[in-house]
Amino acid sequence: MTELHWLPTIPDWRSRLRALGSDPNAAWDEAVALANGRINFVLTNALDEAARRLFPTPPAGLATKPVRLAVLGSSTLTHLLPAIRVAGLRRGIWIDTYENDYGQYLQELSDSDSALHAFQPTAVLLAFDAHHLTAGVTAAMDADAAAAQLADTVAHVRETWRLAREAFKAPILQQAALPIHLSVLGNNEHRLPGSRLRFVARLNEALRAAAEEDGVDILAVDERAARDGIGKWHDAGLWHRSKQEVAPPAAPLYGDLVGRWAAAKQGRSFKCLVLDLDNTLWGGVIGDDGLEGITLGQGSALGEAYVAFQDYARELGRRGIILAVCSKNDEANALEPFEKHPDMVLRRGDIAGFVANWSNKADNIRSLAQELNIGLDSLVFVDDNPFERNLVRQELPMVAVPEVSDDPVSFPLALADAGYFEGLAVTEEDRERTAQYQGNRAREALKSSATDLEAYLRGLEMTLIVRPFDRIGLQRIVQLINKSNQFNLTTKRYTEEDVLAVMADPAAFGLQLRLTDRFGDNGVIAIVIGRLQPDKDLYIDTWLMSCRVLGRQVEPTTLNLIASNAQRLGARRLVGEYVPTRKNGMVKDHYAKLGFTVMQTTPEGGNRNSLDLGGFTPAETFIHVAEG
Amino acid sequence: MATEPEIYAALKDIFADVFMRDDLQLTPALTAKDVKGWDSFKQIEIIMASEERWGIKFNTRELDRLQSVGDLVQTIAAKTA
Repeated sequence: MTELHWLPTIPDWRSRLRALGSDPNAAWDEAVALANGRINFVLTNALDEAARRLFPTPPAGLATKPVRLAVLGSSTLTHLLPAIRVAGLRRGIWIDTYENDYGQYLQELSDSDSALHAFQPTAVLLAFDAHHLTAGVTAAMDADAAAAQLADTVAHVRETWRLAREAFKAPILQQAALPIHLSVLGNNEHRLPGSRLRFVARLNEALRAAAEEDGVDILAVDERAARDGIGKWHDAGLWHRSKQEVAPPAAPLYGDLVGRWAAAKQGRSFKCLVLDLDNTLWGGVIGDDGLEGITLGQGSALGEAYVAFQDYARELGRRGIILAVCSKNDEANALEPFEKHPDMVLRRGDIAGFVANWSNKADNIRSLAQELNIGLDSLVFVDDNPFERNLVRQELPMVAVPEVSDDPVSFPLALADAGYFEGLAVTEEDRERTAQYQGNRAREALKSSATDLEAYLRGLEMTLIVRPFDRIGLQRIVQLINKSNQFNLTTKRYTEEDVLAVMADPAAFGLQLRLTDRFGDNGVIAIVIGRLQPDKDLYIDTWLMSCRVLGRQVEPTTLNLIASNAQRLGARRLVGEYVPTRKNGMVKDHYAKLGFTVMQTTPEGGNRNSLDLGGFTPAETFIHVAEG
Repeated sequence: MATEPEIYAALKDIFADVFMRDDLQLTPALTAKDVKGWDSFKQIEIIMASEERWGIKFNTRELDRLQSVGDLVQTIAAKTA
């Protein structure tokens, strides 16, 4: 799979590309945004063409260093250059490229009057094709001849490194040879000294060893092709036709591998992995399902997949990536699995920054960056929930948010394939970093900052579909009433018969609320039961909501619906009650926030509130209400 | 199987991406020399994008025979039949 599958699809990508440059001041940022969409090789070339037209030289004031990359090789590389430049753009790096005349890399390196020297590269990529590197290798060779040829080839490559370094004093990236050859002996190909297939494998090992000695970095297309399948990378027919060793559909990925290196060289790799909890580190919702109810660990495929993701995250932590948590949860609930669940791989001590509350995630990620004292542009955020991903992408475009499915198997794959954490060296310090962050974790007060939530919510095109209780919804209604713990004002549990009784009672109403938005249908997310009292008070017997839709103005919109239903029954005021439990602390001030007046409080921490319907004005929200 | 009108419609989208213009009229007689920028690299882009679009693979002889948009459409129609 050579697709850039971790990048989100941008639906209006083509029209945005055509409009690129209409606002010159925003053109660079817009080009960077387009480069961060999921694009194939054709669109990559189109973006490159537009970006090169707009930015023939680096734009002023870039935070990154422009790169002048010489791409030297022995076959056609022209089709890889746009993808390399776009991969730079993806990281905010302006890259110019130079390609040697066909087959002339050695001459140009040696000739100080060559166009290559005039280009004055600041980085050099050596991309030799496997035919060139195996020229003369044949099955007729004996072991000594094959060994001598291997030594010669390594010496030749090292000589080009030396020439490039002396000429340009620039960092060198050596592309590993692609395993394009067919076997001639079979499974035991290694017994054939002159096997080209085995020669490439041995050469790649030898080049890696030589690169360590000479301070050269490796572009591991051989390992990448082993994952994707060489057939995704190389097309023999195309080689005969145009001498393109890398097939154009793989060019965006090739370019991205080079772009990662260029960014890492400037210290611009990502440094911190921020993890959501519910349905990201374990299956289910800890606040509702409890320690025994979440899916994690042996016994189910899903539980094992979450363990595998945690293990991958811990491996990243052990090699120096900072781990953090950002979750919509009560902190006590969020911490519980870390402290008590036997199958948790990640422990509290692995996590350098831990934020669990009910504020929006963009604000929480900002405060995490502040607390850890790292830039927002070094954070990667993994969340199974498309709403949260898109919120963070929109509010904090510098934070990387991989596109994942709801299958936990896709989480580590997205992180690895995206190469966010591209590293060039491993130090002792890296291995100790998490401990350091733990040490100076003087948690600064979480400041709520001015996130432009409004624009985001408006763009979500939300519709709240309201239906009175009915038999079709009965099962889901009963399930929500008996399962919801956190956003649940009274935590009354009802059976099917109780719900049917509400439906039959002319002095009561039951509402089931479904929320849709441009990302899809969130399903039934809230339940309300109102009961008219003899004194014309409408008592809100039950109000519960799924925490997934917190912070989206569903609460005031629901209040509008409660008020209109109450008025229909002839009520003069609303009475709402908060009955505290171990898990619903988050809605303690629910009614006060909605403008209710506190009538009384209880020693247990509960409260009873009222809202006069005579003076009630429905709140304006970004949610459209429909009957369904 | 893909009908010729369907193939033309899909090819129009492919050409629009490859040449970043929406005004190209695809006719059977259209060839590379009629379109500015249609060089051997763009030719390969069109071929590979078509392979991706229809899940097919052109063989060497088929590619050698391609002279015009009409040839391309007929080859795609034959391979998806």
